Amino acid sequence: MMGFISYLVNGISLGSVYAIIALGYTMVYGIAKMLNFAHGDVIMIGGFVVFTTVSGMGLPPVIGILISVVVCTVLGMLIERIAYKPLRKASKLAVLITAIGVSYFLQNVALLIYGSNTKSFTSVVSITPISLADGAIIISGETIVTIVACIIIMIALTAFIKYSKSGRAMLAVSEDSGAAQLMGVNVNATIALTFAIGSALAAIAGVLLCSSYPALTPYTGAMPGIKAFVAAVFGGIGSIPGAFIGGILLGVIEILGKAYISSQLADAIVFAVLIVVLLVKPTGLLGKQIQEKV
Amino acid sequence: MRQMNIKALNKTTKSNIVTYGIVILAYLIMEILMRAGVVSSLLQGLLVPLCTYVILAVSLNLTVGISGELSLGHAGFMCVGAFSSAFFSKCMQEVIPVSGIRFFLAILIGAAFAALFGVVVGIPVLRLRGDYLAIVTLAFGEIIKNVVNVIFLGKDSRGFHISMKDAFSMGLEPEGEVIINGPQGITGTPNDSNFLVGIILILITLFIVINLVNSRTGRAIMAIRDNRIAAESVGIHITKYKLLAFTISASLAGVAGVLYAHNLSTLAAQSKNFGYNMSIMILVFVVLGGIGNIRGSIIAAVVLTLLPELLRSLNDYRMLMYAIVLIATMIFTSSPGGQAFRERYSLKRLIGQRKETKEAE
Amino acid sequence: MALLEVKELGISFGGLRAVDDFHMTIEQGQLYGLIGPNGAGKTTVFNLLTGVYKPTDGYILLDGENITGKKTIEINQHGIARTFQNIRLFDELTVLDNVKVGLHNHYSYSTLTGILRLPKYYKIEKEMDARAMELLKVFDLDQEADYKASNLPYGKQRKLEIARALATEPKLLLLDEPAAGMNPHETQELMKTIRFVRDEFHMTILLIEHDMKLVSGICEELTVLNFGQILTEGETSTVLNDPKVITAYLGE
Repeated sequence: MMGFISYLVNGISLGSVYAIIALGYTMVYGIAKMLNFAHGDVIMIGGFVVFTTVSGMGLPPVIGILISVVVCTVLGMLIERIAYKPLRKASKLAVLITAIGVSYFLQNVALLIYGSNTKSFTSVVSITPISLADGAIIISGETIVTIVACIIIMIALTAFIKYSKSGRAMLAVSEDSGAAQLMGVNVNATIALTFAIGSALAAIAGVLLCSSYPALTPYTGAMPGIKAFVAAVFGGIGSIPGAFIGGILLGVIEILGKAYISSQLADAIVFAVLIVVLLVKPTGLLGKQIQEKV
Repeated sequence: MRQMNIKALNKTTKSNIVTYGIVILAYLIMEILMRAGVVSSLLQGLLVPLCTYVILAVSLNLTVGISGELSLGHAGFMCVGAFSSAFFSKCMQEVIPVSGIRFFLAILIGAAFAALFGVVVGIPVLRLRGDYLAIVTLAFGEIIKNVVNVIFLGKDSRGFHISMKDAFSMGLEPEGEVIINGPQGITGTPNDSNFLVGIILILITLFIVINLVNSRTGRAIMAIRDNRIAAESVGIHITKYKLLAFTISASLAGVAGVLYAHNLSTLAAQSKNFGYNMSIMILVFVVLGGIGNIRGSIIAAVVLTLLPELLRSLNDYRMLMYAIVLIATMIFTSSPGGQAFRERYSLKRLIGQRKETKEAE
Repeated sequence: MALLEVKELGISFGGLRAVDDFHMTIEQGQLYGLIGPNGAGKTTVFNLLTGVYKPTDGYILLDGENITGKKTIEINQHGIARTFQNIRLFDELTVLDNVKVGLHNHYSYSTLTGILRLPKYYKIEKEMDARAMELLKVFDLDQEADYKASNLPYGKQRKLEIARALATEPKLLLLDEPAAGMNPHETQELMKTIRFVRDEFHMTILLIEHDMKLVSGICEELTVLNFGQILTEGETSTVLNDPKVITAYLGE
């Protein structure tokens, strides 16, 4: 039982990271209607910036994280401006392939700078672990910080979209970008802002992910990126609460699958659950049903 | 105007003959160069993988270009074809000593198993659309790869034994043989693949795909792609034809897997050969070669496989260059700015202008 | 016996009653019009007749057979073909191939025959080409047989849609606003074509149209739909002079 609870907590912690990445994925998808395959690699860049500033230059972790957020935000906006903006009206496949190109690009830049050897990442969290039930369950500082960060981000993002002018512009663009433009919304600026927020979240996710799982390579972001995308689809892509729920569920399923079924099959189980969910509800848990008009 | 029609038919036939011709010519040139001893061993080693990629690209084009479904799990079907056929060849190595017959049967088995998986995956997946279909095919591909990695299969005097845990739990007799060894995969598959076989398989793949496209079935598949509702309204069975295209595509990917497996001494399912990265790489071939353009898929597969090798002198920078080429190509071919640029400086126009100036002189 | 008999047909979308208590009887060889203001539910009736929507009430008999609630492809095989308000062609296929897709269920050979190019493939393809060209000629599209469908001008795209529908050899042809977007000259020509199709193919035609010149010019009987219900029905001249109909169109 105690084992189950500590697995569950670990699952929620991993799920929180997925949720933060998935939020970025889902926002970008909602607004630009594109699968941003490079999103996972922004996470990796976020991790490397903290690695360089904190482990390499000895800056305090908070400063390192801030720099990382700034770098990723700028990077996200640059990627959007250079690679995606010219393709606003191009076919979906063209955009997808470009995103894959950006993903390769980021991985290989990191490879050139840092090499392919695994870097061991020093956790940025210095909170002492909490011990429950006479030490039967130990919750690490990283776990606590990750879960708290995810909840704060979720609340802040929901409030931002609901109450701020730019947030409502985002909603409008995701609903119908043409109509939004006619209503005076600056569509280009809104898309850029979405990429900025998504990438900032990716930086935070990168730091949290590397603090809990301290091995950092140029390919670190790829799989979590894919899984976060799965989480976004799982919850209903385009939906913010959906990304949150999808992320948490995915993390829990993955950790429990690893613990009780098979560590090698954990990913397969995650993907199998996605397939089952989509077959029962083709637009994900909280997704909107769209019917084609004849 | 009946004649015009016949002329049009000839135009497609001509274009197809050119496609077959390019493949045969490429083979002859390579053979001659190899006889002359001017082909590096590195390039020689690439020939069979090149054939594999060409088959994969052509077959994926059937799903993505002709049927219009974005699949990101093509490598999964290749994996099924590779493992089922390698397993067969390893078991039959003594029973059927003639490598030609054994390999022929192995190809049929790889194709059949991949087709079976195509049906099993296709039935649920083809109910979904667009990006949802993409992510679910990716999921299926990853599941296939992961499951193959935990299969342990051995043989002893009592027959076959299987385990999902480790080689030891199969309880083999001491003289028993482990055939599939989990993450280590299959070792010692007979080396039946070669360049000529690869070229023949490419030609067969082309024959199947090109003839399918230019038939009643192909028209139905493309009609569904262009307008599902209209296709339904003229009595086309949507699920049947979508599944048919998907299954044939999967089956041909299985054939590519057979070719791939019989070119290696050790076959193991890793992310780089059967993971989503491979599926994406094949998709890149298809998109850069031109969606629905069979000849384009072949050329893109060859060029994009050779490009990193030709850029080898750039060492660490070559994959970076590859990424930049990819992004630049997409922006150049698909953005409004890129299209305007191409129109202004198109080769045809430049040649045309030169002619005009000549005439003016 | 009437070719098409519809009784008490109705459908609700959530709480909205889109079509209610709809009935219609069309005789073999008739040219019948379904008119009404925008949003009256005309296309919904077409979608019910062709199985795009499943009716919540009522039944549809085609040539005595009950086709209520059947799937679109089954209904096509029973003998109803249609065109669409917003043209739906197979854009990337040639004009000829668009019609050949319509012939799909009447000229058959297996997928394997097609791949292996057996003699049957050449024989059937030749027959299909001949039949498709015949149909294209009726609509004066034979010169454009090799064009990509999306490259045709608008008026010709509408005609191609009709040719494709006819290729399925229907008993009843449904035309959803065939003259939409056409200039008066093209409309005039279209009227001739529709009449020709009826006479030459012994076709029964039900059409939705806003162009009153076309409606009064070729339709023999009309049903007027308003707010999902039948306002009136009967002979064309009587219906069009009905003050109720004029009020429905112009408002009060």
